[in-house]
Amino acid sequence: MNPSKFFHIKRKVTSVIMMSLSLVATLIALVPLVFIFYYTISKGISYLNIDFFIAMPKPVGETGGGMANAIAGTLLLIGIGGVIGIPVGVMTGTYLSEFGNNKFGSVVRFLTDVLSGVPSIVVGVVAYTLVVIPMKHFSALAGGIALGILMIPTITRTTEEMIKLVPHSLREAGLALGIPKWKTTILIVLKTAWKGIATGILLGLSRAAGETAPLLFTALGNRFWSTKVGQPIASLSVYIYDYAKAPFEDWNQQAWTAALVLMLMISILSLTFRIVTRSKYKTK
Amino acid sequence: MDIKISVKNLEAFYGKNKVLKNISIDIPRNKVVAIIGPSGCGKSTFLRCLNRMHEVVGGTITGSIQVDGEDLTKTDPVLLRKRLGMVFQKPNPFPTMSIFNNVAAGLRFNGVRNKKILTPIVERSLKQAALWDEVKDNLDDSGVNISGGQQQRLCIARTLAVDPEVILMDEPASALDPISTSKIEELIFELKKNYTIVIVTHNMQQAARVSDSTAFFYMGELIEYDKTTKIFTNPANKQTEDYVTGRFG
Repeated sequence: MNPSKFFHIKRKVTSVIMMSLSLVATLIALVPLVFIFYYTISKGISYLNIDFFIAMPKPVGETGGGMANAIAGTLLLIGIGGVIGIPVGVMTGTYLSEFGNNKFGSVVRFLTDVLSGVPSIVVGVVAYTLVVIPMKHFSALAGGIALGILMIPTITRTTEEMIKLVPHSLREAGLALGIPKWKTTILIVLKTAWKGIATGILLGLSRAAGETAPLLFTALGNRFWSTKVGQPIASLSVYIYDYAKAPFEDWNQQAWTAALVLMLMISILSLTFRIVTRSKYKTK
Repeated sequence: MDIKISVKNLEAFYGKNKVLKNISIDIPRNKVVAIIGPSGCGKSTFLRCLNRMHEVVGGTITGSIQVDGEDLTKTDPVLLRKRLGMVFQKPNPFPTMSIFNNVAAGLRFNGVRNKKILTPIVERSLKQAALWDEVKDNLDDSGVNISGGQQQRLCIARTLAVDPEVILMDEPASALDPISTSKIEELIFELKKNYTIVIVTHNMQQAARVSDSTAFFYMGELIEYDKTTKIFTNPANKQTEDYVTGRFG
């Protein structure tokens, strides 16, 4: 066999091996995902009915009932979190990318990274100290603030990275037309990066929706219907925590259903974001 | 000669690095001036100084630049850039905007939102940029789904829409194919009736075809500035001659 043919075959074999290895790695990564989906759906589906969405939890000992209060609570909590986390995150990210090429920018960038590594329970403790203690009671507001703080690093860093991907030539095009810098930044740069920023916001919201630890001593939980910002409020994640460790079979089942509903909510949120941020132009 | 832009003793710096040395040049009204020279000679920097776009990339200048006798360094750069529009090397239409909105961008973002006012301006600008016939039925399509040559003419239309007095072109055809290039060149010929044009180019044939006067830059210095015919047939300076005959650069 001549050497060039030998190397040709060697290259092909190497290519096939490497392709197979990355395929195997992908499959391994999919295994836990598939199991989570499978278990949540198969265990949760039996209690998934209209009552779950519109009825209130039943007292201990009675079967049935739903988690309407927890669904509303989770929506309100991530709503409050979003109102805090989205503007702060997007604006900080914009600052870092457009004006943050200095010492202060590096410090902010470092602190954001540190914040994203802080355990969520610590953020809960901080919200407890700053909001719950002065208010003298647990509240949806305290929970929302904790979730908002947790969103900030994700949204900030995604926004910064996405804005950095906008070609410098677009900024120059805007400025050269006599458009002031702030308008160029908002109407051209942010608008161009919007799709990526929306993904960051979505990641932040999804993470917040599933957080339990920081809610335990901020929003606390509530057996009753409440949408008052100043009062303790129920949430799906805290219900999952409470119901999963309860000694009642019925509650354990409902915990699975709550997990399924939480997953569905995040999926719907994700889908909505994708539709809303879809480009109005077909890409060729 | 009717002078539009008068540059005196211009020096430009990026940090401590001096990129333009003592440039003095007069640019006549409604003429085309070509700036030629090898890479890194400062021709793009010179062009950027004229509408203070050098500040965007962190440059500083000394000396004076006057537009119609008015000191450019004392003008608000935002207002200045409406008067001295710029077309860049690579077409850079706004990807999130339609063709219509790309052309209207400079006006819309400065407060003109009335479609009755915008529509005729957009049409006029696209006609001036010789793009109207190709896009008139697709004004709501994306500004980036057209060909590179069309994108560059869209960028020219966008610049024209804000009604500038001067158009600065930084190698406007270097990323385009020969047919698109010749369209841009015809366009320059038409535009000089109403506008003063300064064009930076790497292509000496292009400079010879489109310009009335040519300036040769080398190592941050203005080596020679004269009528284009003179520069290309009988340059006074040896370096200019070597460059235009292709002996270096």
